[in-house]
Amino acid sequence: MGKYIARRILQMIPVVIGTTLLIYALVFALPGDPVTAMFGEKPVNDAVREQIRQEYNLDKPFIVQYVLFLKNALTLNFGMTFSGRPVIDVIGEAFPVTIRLALMAFVFEGVFGIIFGIIAGLKKGTWGDSVILIVSLLLISVPTFVTGFVFQYLFGVKWGILPVTAGRNPGFLDLLMPACVLGSVSMAYIIRLTRTEVASNKTADYVRTARAKGMSNRAVTMRHILRNSLIPVVTYLGADLGSLMGGAMITERIFNIQGVGNTLWQAILRGEGTLVVSIVTLLVLVFVVCNLIVDLLYAVLDPRIRYA
Amino acid sequence: MRLRSKLVAAAACVMAIILPLGACSGSQSASRDDGKMIISYYASEPQNPLIPGDTNETGGGHVITMLYAGLVGYDKDGNPVNEVAKSITPQKDNTVFDIVLNDDWTFTDGTPVTAQSFTKAWSYTANATNAQMEASFFAPIKGYDKLQSGNEPSDEQLEGLKVISDYEFTVTLTAPSSTFPVMLGGNAFYPLPESFYADPDAYGSNPVGNGPYKFVSWTHNQDILVERNDSYHGAFPAKNDGIDFVIYTDIDTAYSDVQAGNLDLLDAIPSSSAVTFQYDPTVQAVNNPGSVIQTFTFPSDMPHFGNDEEGHLRRQAVSMAINRDTLCKKILGGTATPATDFLSPVTPGYSTSLQGADVLSYNPDKARELWDEANAINPWDNDTDVLKFSYNADNNAAKSLYEAVAHFISNNLGINATTNPIATFSEFRKEVTDRQLKTPFRTGWQPDYPAADNYLVQLYDSAAADGNGSNDGDYKNPDFDALMDKAAQASSVDEANKYYQQGEELLLKDLPAVPLYYANAAMVSAIGVNNVETNWMNMPVLQDVTKDVTKE
Repeated sequence: MGKYIARRILQMIPVVIGTTLLIYALVFALPGDPVTAMFGEKPVNDAVREQIRQEYNLDKPFIVQYVLFLKNALTLNFGMTFSGRPVIDVIGEAFPVTIRLALMAFVFEGVFGIIFGIIAGLKKGTWGDSVILIVSLLLISVPTFVTGFVFQYLFGVKWGILPVTAGRNPGFLDLLMPACVLGSVSMAYIIRLTRTEVASNKTADYVRTARAKGMSNRAVTMRHILRNSLIPVVTYLGADLGSLMGGAMITERIFNIQGVGNTLWQAILRGEGTLVVSIVTLLVLVFVVCNLIVDLLYAVLDPRIRYA
Repeated sequence: MRLRSKLVAAAACVMAIILPLGACSGSQSASRDDGKMIISYYASEPQNPLIPGDTNETGGGHVITMLYAGLVGYDKDGNPVNEVAKSITPQKDNTVFDIVLNDDWTFTDGTPVTAQSFTKAWSYTANATNAQMEASFFAPIKGYDKLQSGNEPSDEQLEGLKVISDYEFTVTLTAPSSTFPVMLGGNAFYPLPESFYADPDAYGSNPVGNGPYKFVSWTHNQDILVERNDSYHGAFPAKNDGIDFVIYTDIDTAYSDVQAGNLDLLDAIPSSSAVTFQYDPTVQAVNNPGSVIQTFTFPSDMPHFGNDEEGHLRRQAVSMAINRDTLCKKILGGTATPATDFLSPVTPGYSTSLQGADVLSYNPDKARELWDEANAINPWDNDTDVLKFSYNADNNAAKSLYEAVAHFISNNLGINATTNPIATFSEFRKEVTDRQLKTPFRTGWQPDYPAADNYLVQLYDSAAADGNGSNDGDYKNPDFDALMDKAAQASSVDEANKYYQQGEELLLKDLPAVPLYYANAAMVSAIGVNNVETNWMNMPVLQDVTKDVTKE
């Protein structure tokens, strides 16, 4: 087990280097000149332009810029943003908010997705199953920004039940609506996934055997059907935690949450390579760690899987 | 089995920890008021430290305008009013200005505002070594060119500034300028206290000013709070207790917050609400003609549209083929006013009786006539020639606007007209700056100070062409330049405006750029907010805004 984890962690190194190089190249290839954009429709003095380019290493060839970035990143010095703040500070402000939002969305989609999925799977073909299926279809087909604006208008502006935007230091209530919106699409997928798995396991041979041995209905459902049905759901949830953090861009904009998605979006607009790459690197790490945890959870859920 | 159930229990524990994590922080959306009348106002995160000479975008600019008082300030119509200055006396045909200060102004740290507070700050900003965004504002002052190498010591002073005493200094310009005293109210010309030079970066996150408000706090990406400065005794005192600049990244979101009463004032209208905001019962709307002019510019070396007779005829034809009323009403939802000149209706010097202004009104028959006249000089081949309009596609309004413009032109002139969208603003500006575009392109101008020369000289004078200014089309007309020079030497602003209007009449013939519309100063405020008036910058007069505190 220990050896397996060590090997997986070593594997992360090339993954992180590869993705950062790719992202750095993409930002570098963005058309337009960030210094010209900074000055808008005003002319720029060449000496000033050179000075700013030097300050942010924009004057150096691509690979040199990247190596300088890597060298500094190893010492946790991610450089400065265009507005003169250390990148690490910006990240330090953005990540806690997004982590809170992503975890709330994660819990929301996990709990409700599995519960509704199980109900639909066990009662397949009844009217309850149909209602759950239709609602999940609706959630999957409507884009997040529509759900977001509709929820915001109804619950926030019209009825005044929940805060319209998250604002500064968002708490549980401020993030409740954004978390539900963010988690809604994944919840619908989890419902469908759980439902299919439960429905097919219900008729599996080992379930029939268990029943034949006289096990109670409750025990069969909990110990045999559920546990086997949850394996693909856990895989999905694990991978989803990463995308919840990185994919909160739209939700964060709608609810004015100053998290990772919002920061990343603005950094891309300004062509701030260091900020974009720093954030993406951290997101990559989150993804990789989530995947590792999912793989380890397999062993717990499925006795046939063992890691040497 | 044992081990496995332990792990399951551990997983359950993780979930159990996550759940209350959100719950324990509690809701905190209550306002910051605690009895004070703090106006919350839509803002964006400043892209630079809060230093007057290093801020060229509205996010930081709006805050800085509230924190400082310059030699002069502007009333809501853009007329300069003395603030720190007691008198500004022009000498030698407007090339030397003698400036005497009032001796009773202080910064919020208690130090007095003296002549050096201005001269050192201006030299610092002008010096390329310090890479300040607003450096080009000091180009008219003698000695500016010497500071542009980037190798001078950072405290090198502008040669044209001479301190006579603690409260008097003179400014020498390289060329006459009758509007120089008007410029002095701009952000770049604010004074800085001594403490700035010790650590500009620290100062930028905790600025010390002398204006109607004093800085309290800046929570990055969330808000900037300023409170009334009781030691301020200038012409624009605050009637509220403070302003909270709340930072948003999406105007739609801010609009929802105004509807719900969480945000007091929003000075932009999201395109989704442009048509409805004036009839929305949950907000109070303001919609006045404003100072921002939107145009499209022809490159002087564009085939068929150059700065010659054929080009002038074609430019006029294009201009008269566009129905500006329809653009403003249908596409911009009434948040714009059709353009009738090259300035704006709120700029001193604006005139509705310019000769040749009919070239900006819709007249498809005349347009066709002019187009045919141009064809007689040099034929336009409908099979190969296409008229394209370039714009930055990251601007919502620009896309529908330029598609409509292209439709008007192809329908009314019977030629191939289409659009050339460029993905982002920065890419678009790069192509404009590098002079790669051989098509008319989207241009707009928000004035730096309320005077005609800020629109005309900066945009159309030969001195601003070839990358030395914002004359992106490289328009050159010696007659126009001569009129601008005469205006600069005029003895009064009224006299200068006469020359500027003559200059505008030349522009209406040559059309280096075709004015489309003036963006309105459109804003919404929450119910209970009073005295929202717009000023010459398309901004609300923040000092005057009040709200019913009892309603909270």
